[in-house]
Amino acid sequence: MLSSYEKELLVTIWERMLPIAEDIGSDALLRMFTTFPKTKTYFAHLDISPRSAHLLSHGKKIVEALLEGAQNITTLTTTLAPLSRFHAYQLRIHPTNFKLLSHCILVTLAINMKDEFDPIAHAAMDKYLSAFAAVLAEKYR
Amino acid sequence: MADWTDAQRKTVASVWGQLDAEIGAHALARVLIVYPWTQRYFGSFGDLSTAAAILGNGKVAAHGKVVLQALEKGVKNVDAIKSTYTDLSRLHCLTLKVDPDNFRLLADCLTIVIATKLGAAFNPQVQATWQKFLSACVIALGSQYV
Repeated sequence: MLSSYEKELLVTIWERMLPIAEDIGSDALLRMFTTFPKTKTYFAHLDISPRSAHLLSHGKKIVEALLEGAQNITTLTTTLAPLSRFHAYQLRIHPTNFKLLSHCILVTLAINMKDEFDPIAHAAMDKYLSAFAAVLAEKYR
Repeated sequence: MADWTDAQRKTVASVWGQLDAEIGAHALARVLIVYPWTQRYFGSFGDLSTAAAILGNGKVAAHGKVVLQALEKGVKNVDAIKSTYTDLSRLHCLTLKVDPDNFRLLADCLTIVIATKLGAAFNPQVQATWQKFLSACVIALGSQYV
């Protein structure tokens, strides 16, 4: 359960990240590929070297989706339905990987926000990312 | 048991060298705040009812220091992590009865606290090596569960 304060905090953080969406999203992805090499198997057909066009564009999409989700948090399931269908029916990514990316997003935010990424922000973000991942995995079966 | 390149050994030692004594307490507090079900193991710690209470709890701070001291043993024995933590693993399994998945949560929180402190210097390669090290410690802590 997210409190109204936490919901506002999530929107504030992701709005702040939007102008640097490419940097934030690609950094989180790169961290995931480096720390958990098995996650690269899903991106074998793409160039995922640091700052590559694919990495930047996919990173940007992730941050935009996270902001959109935060802005529509009471209707997360419907807001993310297209993304959920895409991951379930086309990409077929093992849902445990969402946790690995979530962790790397937390690390990227921690690096970007430093002490501002305090335990309250951390807890709110962890809850949100886990809800987001659950919605993405909802249509799998 | 994990193999380590010279660069990885240096990275683990270098990250460790940049941590201050409070970081264990910060990480443990985050575990209790972000994953509140972990409070089940800390019933004797007093008030853990709010984030502020956890952050101000002296027993949490003290145990955070103990955790960090234990981690130092791993840093200094990267080639024998499993045997380094044999006794601690037994203690957590037999006496404390802690679900070992919680060690992973603590490791993740520690990584995030370190990221807030080191900033961009905690780059993807450093993160990967650091988490490889923590992951070996987590596995070792779970190794004596029977």
